[in-house]
Amino acid sequence: MNIDCKHVWRHISAYIDGDVDARLRAEIDRHLEHCEICSAVMDSTRNVVVLIADERVFEIPAGYSERLHRRLDAVLAEEGASG
Amino acid sequence: MSRALANLFREGRFGSQPLTHAPNSTSGTGSADSQRDATAQTIARILAGETHLFHELIRPVERPVFLMLYMLLRDETDAEDAAQETLIKVFRNLHHFRGDAKFSTWVLSITRNEGLGWLRKRASRPEEPLEPVLNPALDEGGGDFTPALLTDWRELPSESLERQELRACLSRAIVNLPPIYREVVQLRDLDDLDVQETADILGITPGSVKVRLHRARMTLQKELVPQLQAFAPTGKRSWFGRRV
Repeated sequence: MNIDCKHVWRHISAYIDGDVDARLRAEIDRHLEHCEICSAVMDSTRNVVVLIADERVFEIPAGYSERLHRRLDAVLAEEGASG
Repeated sequence: MSRALANLFREGRFGSQPLTHAPNSTSGTGSADSQRDATAQTIARILAGETHLFHELIRPVERPVFLMLYMLLRDETDAEDAAQETLIKVFRNLHHFRGDAKFSTWVLSITRNEGLGWLRKRASRPEEPLEPVLNPALDEGGGDFTPALLTDWRELPSESLERQELRACLSRAIVNLPPIYREVVQLRDLDDLDVQETADILGITPGSVKVRLHRARMTLQKELVPQLQAFAPTGKRSWFGRRV
């Protein structure tokens, strides 16, 4: 069976995650072999997913961890003493 | 490098192979089991009085907790304050943790409730309207989505992220997603949780997680691909109808 571009677009996320069955994967792979648009859409989506997963995209405020643990220390000391 | 990204490299995610772990897996490996046992032992010791161990217990979740609150509140100061309150609540409620879920899943569920509480407080102040946090209508509607169309993609490697403008571009696109898409992107793609863990935290079905993630990723593709052109290492991409 030949699938069209819209059919491929509906499954891009699942395809990237390996969450499509073998038959659908094979159909998508066949389509990607001859469709440069879907191939570029797939590659660009995968690239975006890879990039956003990088910890550098969202930097935690400097000193966040230190301030958090100082606050926890105060709570632990207070509640440890009272408990 | 994030765990998620490390997985991508290890699993060859830059090729045609699937990007992530099996989407329905529950991390049921021996290593995960031993990690869970170690966490359970640490919690037992904390509850027995070794409270200083709480610091180590929560280190792995510090970043996901902050990120979730930042995604909800979109303000760094509020997110940090809420993170402190959240983790104090986690300490005070540690005796309620039963180990049915992973510790991180339990903590992130508490985190989300705390964040939603902050949003409700904001909503009670008329000058700060509540953004539509939960909009089930976004789970409905047609499944078709037209991505940004192009005929060639020149991959942006991880090194591109040295550029602050690129990082800003990516983070802005995520933060500007509708909230129900934003949180699923955070849990699945940034925190690398599996579908079931994500569903448990958000209180939705695994199917809804997949639908939201698909729409979120396609929204990001559509939004980001035209902008990412400026960050291509060399040359120009050929856009649909504009061959180079």
